[in-house]
Amino acid sequence: MRGNVAALKKLLRYMKNYIKECIFAPLFKMIEAGFELIVPLVIAAIIDNGIADKNLGYIGKMCVILVVLGVVGLVISITAQYFSAKAAVGFATEVRHSLFTHIQSLSYTELDTLGSSTLITRITSDVNQVQNGVNLTLRLLLRSPFVVFGAMVMAFTINGRISLIFLVTIAALSIAVFGIMIVTIPLYRDVQGKLDGVTELTRENLTGVRVLRAFCMEKHESQEFSRRNRALTDMQKFVGRISAVMNPLTYVLVNLAIVWLIYSGAIHVNEGSITQGEVVALYNYMAQILTELVKLANLIISITKAVACGNRIQSVFETESGEQNEDNVSASDENILNENDLNGENEYAVEFNHVGLTYKGAGDCSLHDIDFKVKKGETVGIIGGTGSGKTSLVNLIPAFYPATEGQIAVDGRDVRDYDVDELRAKIGVVPQKAALFSGTIRENLLWGNENAGDDRLNAALETAQAAEIVRNKENGLDYILEQNGGNLSGGQKQRLTIARALVRQPEILILDDSASALDMATDAKLRKALKKLDNTTTFIVSQRASGVKNADKIIVLDDGKIAGIGTHDKLLESCGIYKEIWDSQNS
Amino acid sequence: MKKQKSTLVIALNHIKKYRPLIALSILLAAVTVAGTLYIPILAGDAIDLIVGAGNVDFDGLMRLLPEIGIIAAAVALLQWIMNTVNNRITYHVVRDVRREAFEKIQVLPLSYLDSHPSGEIVSRVIADADQFADGLLMGFSQLFTGVVTILGTLGFMLYLNWKIALAVVILTPLSVLAARFIARKTYNMFKLQSETRGEQTSFINEIIDNQKVVKAFSREENVTEKFDEINGRLQKCSLRATFFSSITNPSTRFVNSVVYACVALTGALAVLGIGFSAGSVFTVGSLSVFLSYANQYTKPFNEISGVIAELQNALACAGRLFELIDEEPEIPDKKDASELEGVHGCVNLKDVEFSYSEDKKLIDHLNLDVKPGQRIAIVGPTGCGKTTIINLLMRFYDVNSGSIGVDGEDIRNITRHSLRSSYGMVLQDTWLRAGTIRENIAMGRPDASDSEIEEAARAAHAHSFIKRLPKGYDTVIGEDGGSLSQGQKQLLCIARVMLTKPPMLILDEATSSIDTRTEIRIQKAFLSLMEGRTSFIVAHRLSTIRESDLILVMRDGKIVEQGSHEQLLEKGGFYRELYESRL
Repeated sequence: MRGNVAALKKLLRYMKNYIKECIFAPLFKMIEAGFELIVPLVIAAIIDNGIADKNLGYIGKMCVILVVLGVVGLVISITAQYFSAKAAVGFATEVRHSLFTHIQSLSYTELDTLGSSTLITRITSDVNQVQNGVNLTLRLLLRSPFVVFGAMVMAFTINGRISLIFLVTIAALSIAVFGIMIVTIPLYRDVQGKLDGVTELTRENLTGVRVLRAFCMEKHESQEFSRRNRALTDMQKFVGRISAVMNPLTYVLVNLAIVWLIYSGAIHVNEGSITQGEVVALYNYMAQILTELVKLANLIISITKAVACGNRIQSVFETESGEQNEDNVSASDENILNENDLNGENEYAVEFNHVGLTYKGAGDCSLHDIDFKVKKGETVGIIGGTGSGKTSLVNLIPAFYPATEGQIAVDGRDVRDYDVDELRAKIGVVPQKAALFSGTIRENLLWGNENAGDDRLNAALETAQAAEIVRNKENGLDYILEQNGGNLSGGQKQRLTIARALVRQPEILILDDSASALDMATDAKLRKALKKLDNTTTFIVSQRASGVKNADKIIVLDDGKIAGIGTHDKLLESCGIYKEIWDSQNS
Repeated sequence: MKKQKSTLVIALNHIKKYRPLIALSILLAAVTVAGTLYIPILAGDAIDLIVGAGNVDFDGLMRLLPEIGIIAAAVALLQWIMNTVNNRITYHVVRDVRREAFEKIQVLPLSYLDSHPSGEIVSRVIADADQFADGLLMGFSQLFTGVVTILGTLGFMLYLNWKIALAVVILTPLSVLAARFIARKTYNMFKLQSETRGEQTSFINEIIDNQKVVKAFSREENVTEKFDEINGRLQKCSLRATFFSSITNPSTRFVNSVVYACVALTGALAVLGIGFSAGSVFTVGSLSVFLSYANQYTKPFNEISGVIAELQNALACAGRLFELIDEEPEIPDKKDASELEGVHGCVNLKDVEFSYSEDKKLIDHLNLDVKPGQRIAIVGPTGCGKTTIINLLMRFYDVNSGSIGVDGEDIRNITRHSLRSSYGMVLQDTWLRAGTIRENIAMGRPDASDSEIEEAARAAHAHSFIKRLPKGYDTVIGEDGGSLSQGQKQLLCIARVMLTKPPMLILDEATSSIDTRTEIRIQKAFLSLMEGRTSFIVAHRLSTIRESDLILVMRDGKIVEQGSHEQLLEKGGFYRELYESRL
């Protein structure tokens, strides 16, 4: 719990522009509550002075005061609502902004750990929950206790001895309300867990309906469902029975307090130490206390939820970015790779020097002792089974992940010595999943290079065999793509993502299995066109041997290790795994 | 409106068996409300006994105070019973409708399940069921309590002093009107807020889902700029919506305090016997009763408008839920349907005609005669409807005309269970459930021993990778396989079928995304599985196709050619085209 509070405190730094609002909102709320507390005293005055003395003018005056109190309360409370809305909305806006910026700074490793669906929930619904929580807290968290204790203080000013009843009642009510909450909150978590089980089974029976029916599992599934469903209901009833105690219990407590209050009030009135009107005032205060305590209990439930969301958000903030930038470029002093660098000219585009990679949190290494050099302008094919490390290998070149062993150099310079943006500007990446964004085709292509003119875009489209896609659209480059390129086929999307990378005119082009949705003829044309890019070093990752057959150099990966490097013909002779792949695909 | 009404009738039908409990709940609600309203009157009477120094009727107090205590205790007890009864009704109704819905899912035809997204059905069974029970039952009980409270308060007030009561009755609707007025004015602001929120969410989805691309192209700053632009707009409209809607509470409170002042004024005058004494005696005690009534009288009004919205929502949920429950189930097995036993593996399709929808005929006059142990390959481009054949063989769908026979018996004359357990089915869309590897393999035969399970896994070439998992056969995998690769999942599905040793097979070869070495293992597993069994294979690999006894070539959902590999090549039709494009 203490840890939670600490995490939340850190999140509250985004409140710093709204300190004024954070002070004024509760303050005004308290002033309003103060006015509310005066009301019973006014009523008491009406009874004791107005009615007792039959003073009509006095009664009228007091009633006007009641209305005035109402008007002032209204104005003050609306002001408070404005401050609190401004603080809550502003706070949420800043949290969202910082969270988004923070996510932008995360490296691939952290993105993998957190997962995109988690991040999306954090920045949308969790922030909204926190916004509501802040709003409620500012408005009510101080108000309710203030009314409770204010009522007690007012009671005290009426009569010190009688107000002891208030003290005892408030204590008893608090124990009842918060005791029940403390017991039931964890139990509700259990209920949620049981509900998840029922949901899971339902989903499985829909997604796996063919398999389940093929195995004639209908009866078995129904029985299992009944069992989980019953367990859920039993748990719900159990928790329900406990929380059903809350209202009746507080009701009894307050009424017993009222009985006690009237009785000792009667004794005091009889002695002449207080008046009848004051007994009525005390009675009204008691009613106010009950209403506010119930509000407070509901408020605490909402705040608990908001705090949980806040902590989840904070934990994203606490995931530090492992990405290097100019500030933390690790100057590696043993730059053994690049003697030629001194001449300003380097023969090799990419060099791997005994590179190993172990993903964060993974037990085993994904790449082991990868060692090769690629000359400028060469085409490199990378082939191997799923999980053999193909994508891992190419992801090391733009430093998406840091190598955990050995060194990687691009253009003779250790990738760790680059500013990441400078490094990535040299490289065009076409990832496996063809991702495009809503907007025009031109906007999408400009991701590759913001300053590219239409000539350059068209040239890139031509090479990527995508010119015909654009030609067939009414608005050409201004054709608007739906989210994720929803209005294009898989093959069209792939070709546009290739074009996007080419717009950059990259020194190094990485195609990560990015021709899988293309038909044979287009695939062949594409490869031919890519071959013509003299100044570009190309990496082609593929599942199919035919896709890398014509490369200058083929790297065969098996279980994270290099099983062979060479040309197609050479590998057919020397590399068993390559031959196996080739034969199985071309038998 | 009419539809809502009929949904209501259906809904009420479903809770018929809880009628006594519901009646009890209503009775308890009425009694507790009456008790709650009666106590302030007693308290008022008690206050009237405390007039001033030396003028206190202690005897009277000793009669009234215990009465208050006893009534309060009784009300509390009844309230607890009512809460428990309400809980019981709600939770049991949810339980019942969920079970009903789930059991309906078990007998729904595949045509229904295929045409409705699973997420939508899940949300009906889970969320809609909750909303229905919570909203409808609790809505009713709140509505009822609210109405009883209003009527009761009104009754008591009229009984005490009808003139003051009238003042309250006329003034209180003002607070409801104020709330309505604000709600209407803020509607557009909320709409704008939710639209902007939607815009932002979809932008966030798009960017964060593809965060790696953003990084690869160093576009972090550009997307943040765009984000901030939307974020700023959201801040503006969110502030307006939040602030203007939050005026509701202070406004209704203000109306209440005006009512309160009026009651105080008229009440005080009545006590003095000026103008408002409507015959009966009005005391200070009555005034305090009136004041506490004036406080609680307006509350149900504001609640009721919320309850009505809730009820409408609950009815909409109920409508969706009962639509599922009342869905037509698939045609049950015939009463005299026989059990299929000792299957040889003859499969005959006679003049089979089938289509998913009436306007698009798919399979027309299909005849097929499969002898025991034969291998039938189904080939064609992706999306040409190869799974249709599987659907018909397994009787997931029924033929429109013609017939399918197994060992000479029409499959409509045998039980679905015995037909389906005669086939072993491995789909390309591998499906595993949350649980251990062992449970997943033993799905078809939950009584299988550990050694049998291991043997099946060995035969499916799955043993070696299972052994390397952190907990071997007891490794828990999440819904749909979790961390296993596509190929490993398929091997598990093969092991699952291996264990049941069915006389006939339906296999669906994976197209891609499986690495070569696993593919070789799957190939071997398939081969040993097919040994001596009649097999239908949706095939992609040339070797599988070539070694089949019969090849069905499909295109656009239709079977366009059939024959052996050599026959079809010679024919020079679509098959030949396919075959050549593959090389």
